[in-house]
Amino acid sequence: MVPLSHYLALGAIMFVIGVAGVLMRRNAIIILMSIELMLNAVNITFVGFARQLGDLTGQVFAIFVITVAAAEAAVGLAILIALNRDRTILNVDEVNLLKW
Amino acid sequence: MELPFFYLFSVGIIGASILMVTRANVIHAALLLVLTFFFLSGVYVLAGAEFLAVVQILLYAGGIMVLYLFSIMLMSVDVAVRLRQFHRQTIFAMATAVLLALEIWMVLSRGTSYPAFKSFGWGIGATPGNVEALGSVLYTQFLFPFEVASVLLLAAMIGAIVLAKRTIDR
Repeated sequence: MVPLSHYLALGAIMFVIGVAGVLMRRNAIIILMSIELMLNAVNITFVGFARQLGDLTGQVFAIFVITVAAAEAAVGLAILIALNRDRTILNVDEVNLLKW
Repeated sequence: MELPFFYLFSVGIIGASILMVTRANVIHAALLLVLTFFFLSGVYVLAGAEFLAVVQILLYAGGIMVLYLFSIMLMSVDVAVRLRQFHRQTIFAMATAVLLALEIWMVLSRGTSYPAFKSFGWGIGATPGNVEALGSVLYTQFLFPFEVASVLLLAAMIGAIVLAKRTIDR
């Protein structure tokens, strides 16, 4: 049986990679995909704890996280398509209309 | 026997996600993310979450990533490849990520004295199986959050249609 600390370490490494991707990339789609990576890292932690505690609640919460990820992907990509249609924007630092 | 496979899948996940974050071509990044999800479903199988493993492939690799690829096809990828890929704040971003990693590592390394849980791994072929047990928990104990999640999906669907529509007829 894989110990709990392995699941937690894997989830932490994946989450940090996602954070780095969100912070340093300019391409908006890759930022959205990095957010998916972070959500999946949380899922690993949930599943690892479900395994360790012998309780299915962690897996149920992982299903809810997947639901939220699907909603986030749909709305985020719709926003990107709307931005891309109006001004052909691909990078997040070009979306600076509200910047002071 | 589980541990070598866990390490194999972990190396796959970490390698593919690092490649995903650094690629210039968005389509390559999306396909690498699909590869990450396949390795991830392997980890789920090792953790006894067979239903989640199947959902990971069907819903993430098959549904969400196809949505991403469709959206990428609607945009101009060949222009995006030639642009500058990283912010000027990349050094600070890396520093923040390393700081976050150190913080998580400190928390995890100090939390090793958790009480001994009753750890039973529901193996493959156990009764009730993972899908049956998960369904019975989801539709009884978590019925209300389940309904709320369905309303959230409906709202996201309507929102996506309204946002991506060309003009709103009045």
